[in-house]
Amino acid sequence: MELFSETWQYLLDADNWTGAEGLVARLLEQLLLTATALAAAMLLGLPLALWLGHLGKGGFLAVNISNVGRAVPTFALLAILVAADWPGSADFGPYGRAGLATLIALVLFALPPLITNGYVGMREVPSDVQEAADGMGMSPVQRFRRVELPLALPVVASGVRLALVQVWATATIAALVAGPGLGRIITEGFARNDYAQGMAGAVVVAVVALVLELAAAAAQRAVDPMPSGPSSDRDDALSVPSTTVTEAPTGS
Amino acid sequence: MTILGAADSGPSCYSRFVNEWFCWQYVEDRHVQITDALVEHIGITLAALVLGIVIAVPLALLARRIPRLESLVLGFSTGVYTVPSLALLPLLVPFTGLSAATVVIGLGLYALTILVRALLDGLRSVPDDVREAARGLGYGRARMLTRIEMPLALPVVMAGLRVAAVSTVALTTVGTLVAYGGLGDLISHGVQRDFRAELMTAAVLCVVLAVVLDVLLVLLQRVLTPWTAGAR
Repeated sequence: MELFSETWQYLLDADNWTGAEGLVARLLEQLLLTATALAAAMLLGLPLALWLGHLGKGGFLAVNISNVGRAVPTFALLAILVAADWPGSADFGPYGRAGLATLIALVLFALPPLITNGYVGMREVPSDVQEAADGMGMSPVQRFRRVELPLALPVVASGVRLALVQVWATATIAALVAGPGLGRIITEGFARNDYAQGMAGAVVVAVVALVLELAAAAAQRAVDPMPSGPSSDRDDALSVPSTTVTEAPTGS
Repeated sequence: MTILGAADSGPSCYSRFVNEWFCWQYVEDRHVQITDALVEHIGITLAALVLGIVIAVPLALLARRIPRLESLVLGFSTGVYTVPSLALLPLLVPFTGLSAATVVIGLGLYALTILVRALLDGLRSVPDDVREAARGLGYGRARMLTRIEMPLALPVVMAGLRVAAVSTVALTTVGTLVAYGGLGDLISHGVQRDFRAELMTAAVLCVVLAVVLDVLLVLLQRVLTPWTAGAR
């Protein structure tokens, strides 16, 4: 297993981390892409999903959008965006080559889990709790803000977590169309038969993915209004069933 | 023949100067290449799914007996699912080299993570009183599993299999990193040469393949669980 020691050597060499195309620059580029795309997708998708869930309309769309997102290969969508006249493969500010095409693809693939979980979370608020809120004289806006939203938050947060993993994976795949991000370290390594470089890039991508997932899981626990700890005297009637969308591997 | 035809009617719709997205002429001229890529794509997808199922079933049954193993399996599957496909394939290269096996094993791992969860959820969804009734009727462990639990778990398991199948079709394209990506190889070539007809044809075929596979699985589920037909 010579490749492992070569990979280790590559990771230990400071020259591979610095520079305009080094690991640090690529990592920052991908983190910037991920943060921008996730924020944009949340601004676009969450209000729509929560509002639809509050009204109880558009469920067919909200639930099936995930299935559509799964069937379209990320790589194919990126390829089409890059080969098109617009957005094409031009540089886009700090987002690098094909930055705009990558951002559009990232937002599109982050939307399905956000919309589906946002909708499902709102719909799973027990109807007797909603009735109780109405009976207490809450206005629809009050009911939404003080009853439905807090109860739906764990499911919504798990949608954000799924979206984050999806965006990170898609940002990696942007390298297959010579786009920005850490994936470039991998694809360039493979293109030059420098498999140690490919492995090193993959290790960094995987480690950061796991760190992001752990951070997201911690954040999700933090927003849970009724954490299921051993000490909590949780009322079962109030707990929202933690049904989430079936997790699918990302970066397809 | 084609050269004469092209001379008569101007450049074909996939020439460098026209470069149209949809071009039937391209499909006709390159149908051998397209069919080869499609066959490779289907082969890799099915192999990965079979690999996932073959490992997932015993693993889920074992994990159900041993709670410790269950949390280990679930933790591992979350981990695998978090790693992007473009990073998972290079990590397998030291073991399998640049071969179709790398893609099949990588995608099999993803399918495995979905299927194990679906199997555990499905088996847990079997009501306890049904189990007790079966035990009262004298069903042993093996017969209980094959005659009672598996059939009742099937709808949940099939839902998981559909998710696994559709995402495996899409993920196979990433295999182009090690030159075994089926239709993904056409997309990759299309991007490098700015060949729109090629990449659009491959992209459309990917989606069609995913939809066809999904429909086949729905039909299979109808056949396997005839009792759910009336309830829907």
